Amino acid sequence: MKPSSTLVPLAAAVALASAAAQAETIRVATVNNADMVVMQSLTDEFESAHPDITVDWVILEENVLRQRMTTDIATGGGQFDVMTIGNYEVPIWAEREWLLPLTDLPAEYDEEDLLGSVRDGLSRDGVLHALPFYAESSMLYYRTDLFEALGVEMPAQPSWDQVAEWAARLHAPNEGTYGICLRGKPGWGENMAFLSTLVNTNGGRWFDMEWQPEINSAAWQQAITFYVDLLGNYGPPGASANGFNENLALFAGGRCAMWVDSTAAAGRLFDPGESEVADQLGFAQAPVADTPKGAHWLWAWNLAIPASSERVDAARQFITWATSKEYIALVGEREGWTSVPPGTRASTYEDARYTDAAPFAGFVLDAIESADPNDATLEPNPYIGVQLVGIPEFQSIGTQVGQMIAAALTGQMSVEQALDSAQRTAERTMRQAGYYD
Amino acid sequence: MQSALIKRLGLTLLAWTLTLVICFPIVWMVLTGFKTETQAIASPTLFFTPTLESYAAVQGRADYVKFALNSVYISLGATFLALAIAIPSAYAMAFLPTKRTKGTLLWMLSTKMLPPVGVLVPIYLIFRDLGLLDTRTGLIVIYTLMNLPIIIWMLYTFFKDVPKDILEAGRMDGASTLHEVCYLLIPLTLPGIASTGLLSVILSWNEAFWSLNLTSSQAAPLTAYIASFSSPEGLFWAKLSAASTMAVAPILIFGWLTQKQMVRGLTFGAVK
Repeated sequence: MKPSSTLVPLAAAVALASAAAQAETIRVATVNNADMVVMQSLTDEFESAHPDITVDWVILEENVLRQRMTTDIATGGGQFDVMTIGNYEVPIWAEREWLLPLTDLPAEYDEEDLLGSVRDGLSRDGVLHALPFYAESSMLYYRTDLFEALGVEMPAQPSWDQVAEWAARLHAPNEGTYGICLRGKPGWGENMAFLSTLVNTNGGRWFDMEWQPEINSAAWQQAITFYVDLLGNYGPPGASANGFNENLALFAGGRCAMWVDSTAAAGRLFDPGESEVADQLGFAQAPVADTPKGAHWLWAWNLAIPASSERVDAARQFITWATSKEYIALVGEREGWTSVPPGTRASTYEDARYTDAAPFAGFVLDAIESADPNDATLEPNPYIGVQLVGIPEFQSIGTQVGQMIAAALTGQMSVEQALDSAQRTAERTMRQAGYYD
Repeated sequence: MQSALIKRLGLTLLAWTLTLVICFPIVWMVLTGFKTETQAIASPTLFFTPTLESYAAVQGRADYVKFALNSVYISLGATFLALAIAIPSAYAMAFLPTKRTKGTLLWMLSTKMLPPVGVLVPIYLIFRDLGLLDTRTGLIVIYTLMNLPIIIWMLYTFFKDVPKDILEAGRMDGASTLHEVCYLLIPLTLPGIASTGLLSVILSWNEAFWSLNLTSSQAAPLTAYIASFSSPEGLFWAKLSAASTMAVAPILIFGWLTQKQMVRGLTFGAVK
């Protein structure tokens, strides 16, 4: 008996060791946000369903991750098998053939279930180059109690003039409530994400059809003057330092009467554990000015496989799992239905478990479906993107313009000076990049 | 007598104020680590019920020990390698100078003026081809090269203070160059070498640019660990503070324990 009792565990250990040796490890680079943290926490589920694959996570702050992945993919470093990228990067990287085309997806993945506007943004010549993990748009959040006291009923889609009027009436800094909270922190993904939509709805655009910047056009002047007046007069102090997080904290703490920002905030604002205004939360579509075109943005975090990956099959299995209907159901059951990654699949919005738990679901779906990155401005434009321009130079231009507008917000320069200066910067960058002489 | 007392009181007050100002961010970070995410973003308060929630969440998401061990291996490895190269170099420059020694020293220091991002792509390509990406060896090499100019400079100034006669006396007694360095120079300048080594450990421990860009998971040190808790979208202040506290704790304790040597080394030769 004795030899066998020693041998059995030994044999089991050898078998386990050899299984571990055969297991392929994929390295997944992702951003640090609530949805990705949930994905990481469900790794065990994936690994038990795919015993031959183990997942190694690299989680970084968004901007650090972007720089890290760009260096790796541009040099063919092969450090990552799965990359989390935004819908800004997908068309640019796909064009350079840095991403693996995702053809022949399994039938059970149900590619047709992906929302059209999201799928289009991730496809090149009709072929997907990344799979959407979650998508967001922007909308207006407001305090129902304050609006009731004011005797105002919020329309489904208010105008910016109405918002300005309500902000003026609800602004009560002595009582700790500000009329409106908006993004002020400079950055192409921070204040410029919001401001691009404001410019779009005021009839402006980033570039004309010849790629000439239009940043000091009348539409931009109108939009930015409105923004500086609105936020300067009825916003919280120090608004130029407020990004998504800061405004979320302000609104969740009951300090803002209105807030226009990402639909991703809805789940958290409805959670009484995180929000003091969960019971007084109202929402409407993002306000419009002269045109509804491009009034709300479209952003998606997606999973893609870099062409330099050596573990393509395992990586494909991972990304199809993490963006599947089964994954969404798994998150709903394990983490609660308001935590499921929204905005990617029509089936999510047909699921009563989700629509019952998330009263904002219909608004989010409408906003995402009606955002058209290929036609987001009143006048035609040569680029893809609602709140961004799908060219590599945009990160630099967007951030510099954002800094100048933040300077106008703090009163360091006038709106006109800021936009003239931004226009010159953009012209110089585009000329250097070879768009024209 | 009274004016001296007032002066002393004033200086003490100034010292305390400065200490508080310098320490405040670290103290606040430690306090925030013991709050919940909601408390962390609420109006600042010193009084709250401390919780270990954030520490548990941080530990549940990433293996702190793995990152910390990488930091230890890399910073110690880089320091020993740098000292092994710098001691002979500084010896040669201090005791056997040529007309180009001064120029060489200045040139070495000038390499510190180049922004690291300027050489990121070439270094990345070299590391890719040598298979050094995401390896501790790779980071040890890069940190050694990064700190070498400062280490050589510091050792050079310490060595310059050693009277040549002592080394000559050794040579008269038949000591080889190796013996001279090992049995005379190093023991004589040990406080200086120790403080140089400590500085190198601290610089390597805190370095974030190369560690974030050249590692992914296997060799990632604590700087990468902290970066994984920062986020522009989502509330992570308490977790970020907890992770940062855990990341700076070892080097703070290390600095505390070795402060005598640090001060002694940095003031070594200052008063003759």
